[in-house]
Parts: sequence; structure tokens; C-alpha cells
Amino acid sequence: MVDLSVDLGFLKLRNPVLAASGTFGYGLEFEPFLDLNAIGGIVVKGLYFGPREGNPPPRLVETPSGLINAIGLQGVGVEQFAKETLPRLRKYQTAIFVNVCGASDEEYVKVIDYLNDQKGVSAFELNISCPNVKKNGFCPALDPRSTLSLVKLAKQASRLPIIAKLSPNVTDIVEIAKAAEEGGADGISLINTILAMAVDIETQRPKLANIFGGLSGPAIKPIALRMVYQVASAVKIPVIGMGGIMTGADALEFLIVGAKAVEVGTANFVDPASTLRIVREIEGFCRTKGHDNIADLIGTLKL
Amino acid sequence: MIKDPSARIAYKQAWGDYFLFRIESPSVAGGAKPGQFLMVRVSDRVDPLLRRPMSIHARDSNSLEIFFQIVGQGTSLLAQKKEGDELDILGPLGKGFDWDAAINGKFVYLVGGGRGIAPLYFLAQELRTAGARVKVLYGGKSLPDLPLKKKFEKAGLDIACSTNDGTFGFRGFVTALLQKDINKQSPAALFVCGPDPMMKKTGEIAAREKIPAQFSLESMMGCGFGACWGCVKRIRTGDNGTWRKICEDGPVFSGDEIIWEKEG
Repeated sequence: MVDLSVDLGFLKLRNPVLAASGTFGYGLEFEPFLDLNAIGGIVVKGLYFGPREGNPPPRLVETPSGLINAIGLQGVGVEQFAKETLPRLRKYQTAIFVNVCGASDEEYVKVIDYLNDQKGVSAFELNISCPNVKKNGFCPALDPRSTLSLVKLAKQASRLPIIAKLSPNVTDIVEIAKAAEEGGADGISLINTILAMAVDIETQRPKLANIFGGLSGPAIKPIALRMVYQVASAVKIPVIGMGGIMTGADALEFLIVGAKAVEVGTANFVDPASTLRIVREIEGFCRTKGHDNIADLIGTLKL
Repeated sequence: MIKDPSARIAYKQAWGDYFLFRIESPSVAGGAKPGQFLMVRVSDRVDPLLRRPMSIHARDSNSLEIFFQIVGQGTSLLAQKKEGDELDILGPLGKGFDWDAAINGKFVYLVGGGRGIAPLYFLAQELRTAGARVKVLYGGKSLPDLPLKKKFEKAGLDIACSTNDGTFGFRGFVTALLQKDINKQSPAALFVCGPDPMMKKTGEIAAREKIPAQFSLESMMGCGFGACWGCVKRIRTGDNGTWRKICEDGPVFSGDEIIWEKEG
């Protein structure tokens, strides 16, 4: 029997595999495909305070081993989530993280204020890194000062742990990660998608209505892994790694470079039971290699 | 909605760029309704990454049929599969076409353009069982784009064809054939699937003639089951529109809810 549990300090997870925000709906969409209790946690789709319309289509374009999306965080808002979805998520033992969005500092605080009092939320993942809601992919996580101030504000407002979700579209990811840590973040998750575009040569138009979108999928895994390694080596708070994880082997790479847990994203579209399959693949690897405890593998990169 | 990673291609037929597969999958086939679709994995590698949405063309208790055209890398890979190969499918997905018992004895048109004919075979069978008097209008660019004509005829369904180049049947768009037929006898309902300009035009005809119409929309999809919000279409709610998911809220919508895009 392999012990797959991991300790984030602020929360213990039954295993290190979480479903990534924006790829797992509000969780319930995946009930037909897997036992939600069998995965480490679910990061539900980003929530603004009110419902949000999102971007016009086309919102998706497939690229080699990847997917560019410009959904623009269409969603239901906190009220509908708390009334309709959360009660049904509560019956699961799985950790529920809410991905918190805001068009302004005040809105992030409003979302946190509202959800602070709702039972069933384990932590907030602060979405300061969505590339699809402001012009040219702008977001707070591009700058250490705005990262620090927003994390600080969220931390003051929140009764729950705050995980800052960082953008890869920066010159120095470590600088941003340290700013989040200084702001009081309890953890860091990375990477969000990579700002990208694609062009239709017949029409000479961008393939996305939003022009730019965020690239995800296996194409970005090596970049994600490098950034997770850099950040995990530089901060003391736990790091949750993501970016193109399709298999248990992919997830193990992230754990070995120092991630305490991983999030699985785009894979959920291809195989809706990916998260559970990855848990089993990690377990299988540990059993084969004789590791009794997944925690013993975390941060064991040999140089 | 079930994932069957080991459905089996029991039969394959090809006509140029068009393909028909019969796929054995009792678990997925069982509850499928006309207008619903499958998400089909075209490769077990990560490139191309995503599944491809495919209308359910026909079904019995054990198997489903898909009918598709090669339009890119994914469908090209799918077309290379052989009889006996395993196929990873997810389905049945989405909300299908809708009709009530009052359709019994009524006259209805099914209008298909190109590969958009795919869901209409299954629908024609079910509507006939419900007692409707079904006429199928099947349009294509040229005769080779009407590979399913014989299949409809063999099933004893009333079918009229159009080709843009006049190589078979009515010369011109299927929408012009529709207008001509409506002038002779107005149907109780229209069920439509085809390219966007053809569906838009059909929508205009239906609105003008006050015929209830349902449209099966096509879109590239990330997941097919409502999780990614990638395949949205502007759908009327009151005076305004909202982006609704084609995969989960559709792919079939009624003509009065669809806000057709301007072309170009």
C-alpha cells in the first residue's frame, strides 16, 4: 500500500492530483466519468462576483500537441455557485479550491468575502494570471508589485488559505513567486497558460476572435516544468505544478522538481477520467519502485 | 454519457472524402437519440490532441454509425482506421432533436447540406416511427457529395437532391429547392443540418414562412460535455443573447433562439 497523501502545510490532500481550474467545469460535470473522491482535489472554474459573459467565438484553436483558448472566464458568479453547485460538491471528501477572479482589487475581495462563509471550500486559488480578460494578455501576475499588493489584500480578506496562480508570461518567474510569498500567499500554483496566437493563412485573420489566447497541453510541459523547478527551489511555501500533464510520468516529473502537488488541465478534455488515471499511474510507479510514500519523492531531483 | 475506450469499427465504407463507420459499442449506443453526438479520439498520441465531435448517423442496440468528411488532420487520421480497429468514443452527448406526439401524420422536411446530412438519417427513421411523413432534401456541391442518397432510398425514405453544379437533381442550393417545395406544400416542421450559410438561409426561410425549425450546429469542441466553454454560440434569451454551449445546451437549437452571424 502506497501512501499517496501530501501535506501542503495548510491542508492535507489524499493524493497530489488536483483538477485544474477552467478544465473541470464546476466539478459536477465529471461525475459521470470518475469518483471525485478518488482525486486529491478540484479547483473549480474561475469565479467573478457576478455572472460573466466571456469572449466571442472562436474561442479555441488546436495547435501541435496543444490548445490555445480564449474563453474569457465565462461563468456563473459566486451566488449561483454557492447556491447550486457547492451544496452538491460538499458531499465529496475531495478538497475544493475556488479559483478567484476580479476585474478590480475590490472584486477579488468581494468574491473572497462572499465565499469565506460558505462551507465546503478548502482554499482560494487567486487567479491573477488569466491572459484572456484584458488587452494584450495583461494581468496582475506580470508585475511583482501588483502581485504582492493583490496577494496581501486577498490574504487580509480571507479566512482560508490563499494560493497565488502565476503567469509564465514574465521575464523572471522567481521574482513574481517571491512577491507572492512576501504578500503572504500560503502556496503558489503555476503555470497558467502561455500567451499565444494562430493565424488562418487563407483569410489572413487570427484564428481566435480575441486574437491572443493561452496555450496549454503537452506542448508547454517543458516550460512549465522549468518554471516550477525554479520557483520550488526559491520559495518556502508549497508549490503546485501544472502545465501539460497528461500522464502519471508527467506528474512525477513535477513532483521530483519540487511540486508538492500537481494540477491536471487540458488532459481532462481528451480523457475526462485523466485525473484518476494519473493517480493510479503514480501509485503504480511507486509500487514498482518500492516507494511507500509519495512524499519521499517530492523535491528529489538529483543534480 | 459513457466513455468506451474499446469500441470496435465493425464496418467501414468510403466514397472519396466521405466515410461511414459502424462502431460496436452497446454501452454508448443504447440510449442515443437523433441529434446527439460522439467525441471520437482520432489518435492515441497527443497530436492532434483533442477528440473530434461526430453526429450519430444511425444506431441499433449494439452499434452506432458516424458519417464524416475529411476536413483536416484529425478526420484524415480517423479515415485511416480499418474495420476491426478499436476506437475510443465518448457519448451520447448533447441534446438531440425534439418533437412531440402531435408530429404523427404531419408532413416534415429534413434539410441536409453536405456532411450535414449525417444526423438526419437517424432522425428520419425516428420521425417515421413517430408517424411523421418525412421528406429529405439533400444538397451538395456535385454528385460525389451525395454519397448517402442511395442509403436513404434503400430505407424507403422520400428524398430529393440538389447539386450546385447541376450534376444531379435540382440545380442550385438546397435552400432554393426547399423554397420551391415549401411553395407547393408547407411542412409542419423543418430539421436542418449543414454549413453555416445554408443554415442561416434556411433559418430566414423558416422565419418568413413561420415554420418551426430546428438546427444542428457544428463547432470545434474542446471537451464535448460542457467543461471547457469553448464551443459557444449566441443564443437569444429575451431581447438579448448569451453565449451558450453548443455541446451541452445544443447541438440542436430552435430557429427562433439562434442569432445568426453576419458573414465575412
